[in-house]
Amino acid sequence: MKRLYFLYALLGCLLAAPLSALPAAAAEEVIISGSTTVLPVMQKAGEAFMAANPGIFLAISGGGSGSGIKALNEGLCQIAMSSRDIKSSEADEGKAKGVNAVRTPIAVDALLPVVHKDNPVKNLSMDQLRDIYAGKISNWKDVGGKDGNIVVISRDSSSGTYETWNELIMRKEKVAASALLQASNGAVAQAVSKNPRAIGYIGFGYMNDSLKKINVDGVEATALTALSKTWPIARELYVFTNGAPSGAVKRLIDYLLDPQKGQKNVAEAGFIPLPKK
Amino acid sequence: MTPGSARKEQIIRLMLAGVAGCSLLFLALIMVFLFMEGLPVFRQLPVTDFLFGMEWRPTAEYPEFGIFPLIAGSAAVTLVASSLAIPLGVMTAVWLTEIAPSTLRRIFKPVIELLAALPSVVVGFFGMAVVAPRTQTFFDLDTGLNLFNAGLMLAFMSVPTICSVAEDALHSVPVSLREASLALGATRWETIIRVVIPAAFSGIGTACMLGMSRSIGETMVVLMVAGGAGIIPSSLFDPIRPMPAAIAAEIAEAPFRGEHYHALFAIGMVLFLFTLAFNLVARRITEKNRLTLN
Repeated sequence: MKRLYFLYALLGCLLAAPLSALPAAAAEEVIISGSTTVLPVMQKAGEAFMAANPGIFLAISGGGSGSGIKALNEGLCQIAMSSRDIKSSEADEGKAKGVNAVRTPIAVDALLPVVHKDNPVKNLSMDQLRDIYAGKISNWKDVGGKDGNIVVISRDSSSGTYETWNELIMRKEKVAASALLQASNGAVAQAVSKNPRAIGYIGFGYMNDSLKKINVDGVEATALTALSKTWPIARELYVFTNGAPSGAVKRLIDYLLDPQKGQKNVAEAGFIPLPKK
Repeated sequence: MTPGSARKEQIIRLMLAGVAGCSLLFLALIMVFLFMEGLPVFRQLPVTDFLFGMEWRPTAEYPEFGIFPLIAGSAAVTLVASSLAIPLGVMTAVWLTEIAPSTLRRIFKPVIELLAALPSVVVGFFGMAVVAPRTQTFFDLDTGLNLFNAGLMLAFMSVPTICSVAEDALHSVPVSLREASLALGATRWETIIRVVIPAAFSGIGTACMLGMSRSIGETMVVLMVAGGAGIIPSSLFDPIRPMPAAIAAEIAEAPFRGEHYHALFAIGMVLFLFTLAFNLVARRITEKNRLTLN
């Protein structure tokens, strides 16, 4: 019998522990979902924000820009993170359900064409990049490198990063069917760093020492060139809300845009903070 | 037996039947849902364009939904995986039942079963980080993420299935058959090749079919190591995009109930028909086996 009491006591403690960890007042929950590109910023800023605002609980998940906007339209989240603008079809779908998506830019992301560290190529033009991805240029020696096939690594055609690349680099051309499709920025970085013949593109935040970035039309990708729009492959990152942000959602977005707070997290996550207004 | 206990028995029987019925019901519901979400794509798209189209460009301005390269990718990777896993699995099973001393068998059997318990994402990670860079430099390839690597990893995963089912089949061959063969002067090798394996042939066939249906349906590994290029492979080292990889990579971003979404479910239907075919063949082989033994 004694043992049984002990078990009950243990069970009681286990049940009570999470309860006592909750604040006295019921926490207000903000559900955030969407682009995996924006996710690291939101996670970093979110942790600091929750520490500063104990009454607000943030539930953050990825899934991609498209699924985030879809969730916003279906009322499944209050904030959708997106690495692209909303499509008119998505906006219409939202309106049919009484959701009016409002866009707020929170950072600038530059896409970087990257190659293996040992690749001697330093600079490519926009047209060369397009032809490489379309399969028209297939040997590194045609663009000033060593003789060898170019292994083209692209992102899955549903990702926001792919859409940006498609719009800014490919324009009307199609990415060759022989391109290797990877499911995330990290997977592209990993694949390129292990393959001397590969070329890939990643978000600014995923650049690391195992990769070499390529200049485009003689412009080097830096925070300055991306902000001044001289870097040709840059995009803004957004959060979408239903109507103008208010309440806890507004406080979070104000936090994200604060140069001393959220914008610092933007830089830490490897993106480029918005210019001060 | 008192009337009370007979009643109790009946209640238990009904409950068990209900539970069994539930699993059947769930399976039926999943199938109904799969076909409900997949079939609408054929309203705008002819079935032949879908099955034999050469271009899979679901998000282009004028989207194309030809899955032939994806089917070819799945078929190729299953073929490569099977040609590695079937000999390996069957030979291991023969060794375990016929040759291995019982001490070794007690070590090897659990280890092989443990291989089946490896999460597929771990196998995929191994293929990506360890096998890919090494095969790439060793064979001087364009990329290590290719058909061969994916086939190798899938073989890894289907060997335990093939081995344990084949082992059961070999085990159920009566000892009297072996004894008769040895008594007639056949060597141990001749006994295995001419008597034991033919007697267990249908069980081994079932094992192979189950292994193959595991290979064709496996998702995580092919998503991670197959490379993902939507082309028909012309060499063992070409990157491919098998059907499960395409579904897993794209479904999260496909607009709900859009054409792309329905097309992905239709790929699921094709995949389902493939595994169903494998399982039916496996069943048929087992049934034949029962007839010959009687």
